[in-house]
Amino acid sequence: MTTWQIIIAASIAVLALKLAGYLVPPALLQKPTPARIADLLTVALLAALIAVQTLGSGQALAIDARIPAVIVAAGLFAIKTPFIVVVIVAALVAAGLRALT
Amino acid sequence: MNAAPGSPAAETTPDLVDETRQQRLAVREGLAVGLATAAYGISFGALSVAAGLDIWQTCFISIVMFSGGSQFALVGVLAAGGVAAGPAAIASAALLGVRNGIYGLRTAPIVGSGLWRRVAAAWITIDESTAVALAQPTPRSRTVGFWVTGLAVFIGWNITTLLGALIGDAVGDTRAYGLDAAAAAAFVGLLWPRLKRMQAVAVAVAAAVVAATLTPVLMPGLPVLVAALVAVVVGLFNWLGAPTVPGRASLRHVPRP
Repeated sequence: MTTWQIIIAASIAVLALKLAGYLVPPALLQKPTPARIADLLTVALLAALIAVQTLGSGQALAIDARIPAVIVAAGLFAIKTPFIVVVIVAALVAAGLRALT
Repeated sequence: MNAAPGSPAAETTPDLVDETRQQRLAVREGLAVGLATAAYGISFGALSVAAGLDIWQTCFISIVMFSGGSQFALVGVLAAGGVAAGPAAIASAALLGVRNGIYGLRTAPIVGSGLWRRVAAAWITIDESTAVALAQPTPRSRTVGFWVTGLAVFIGWNITTLLGALIGDAVGDTRAYGLDAAAAAAFVGLLWPRLKRMQAVAVAVAAAVVAATLTPVLMPGLPVLVAALVAVVVGLFNWLGAPTVPGRASLRHVPRP
């Protein structure tokens, strides 16, 4: 697959899911179980992405400046700091630690 | 504001005044959320370019896919595994997009009728437009809240994506600037509002452990997909969950931006 094919396929899939919400009979998905799974699916995927993005280094695990950066980020979100500020601070923490070591 | 033409001022009942006020509040909230959300389009644009995508590809994703979580997931998996991780990247983005379909069930009755109107509404059905719409007290203000928020986020998000991509392109060495850590922080920000219940926290921790443990064993992208099974199992049996009221489940956890 080329990068473009991946991007187009993924974009169409996400858009199609949005359209599906307007087409399927509501009774089907309004049952609690599918709705709960969709909800938890989002949580699981985001948590897994955090783990991989923080610890993964290709196909290995690595402990580096990303870990303190993510801990700082979590602390800032806990005190309701705006998204963009936290993302920039996290980048600065990692960049700063790398510049020092 | 929207009084019928020719209606005498004397007919302006307290209800109508209140309705006008509710619509104005919905507009204001929608614009505020649009502005706040647009700000982090910058980080998406920069991270996408850092993952190896070009500016056109980055903008295409923000226009067509238009769903923050799915977009960050796609470029995150591609950054780790390259095009070889393509199928896993597509699957991650699609699975994160499932919730938009669920939102559509709640927003379908409030967006108005007509094929193109509904296609446009589906396109902008995301966390933010759904949350603002459903938070409004009257049917008309829900409609206004949905469209104003969705369109404000759409316009803002696409402009800032382009800006971010241009910045990322100019920066070059992304690791030295800590952009890899910024990507992880972005995911933390998307997850945070969803961790209000014990069940969600447990799923998050378990999924993170599964993904980290499998990283050395499976090819990039797959650990995230396997971790998603945690959600399916816990959701199916409703472990650690509260009893649910049928029909309300899809509404409860739309995170307020």
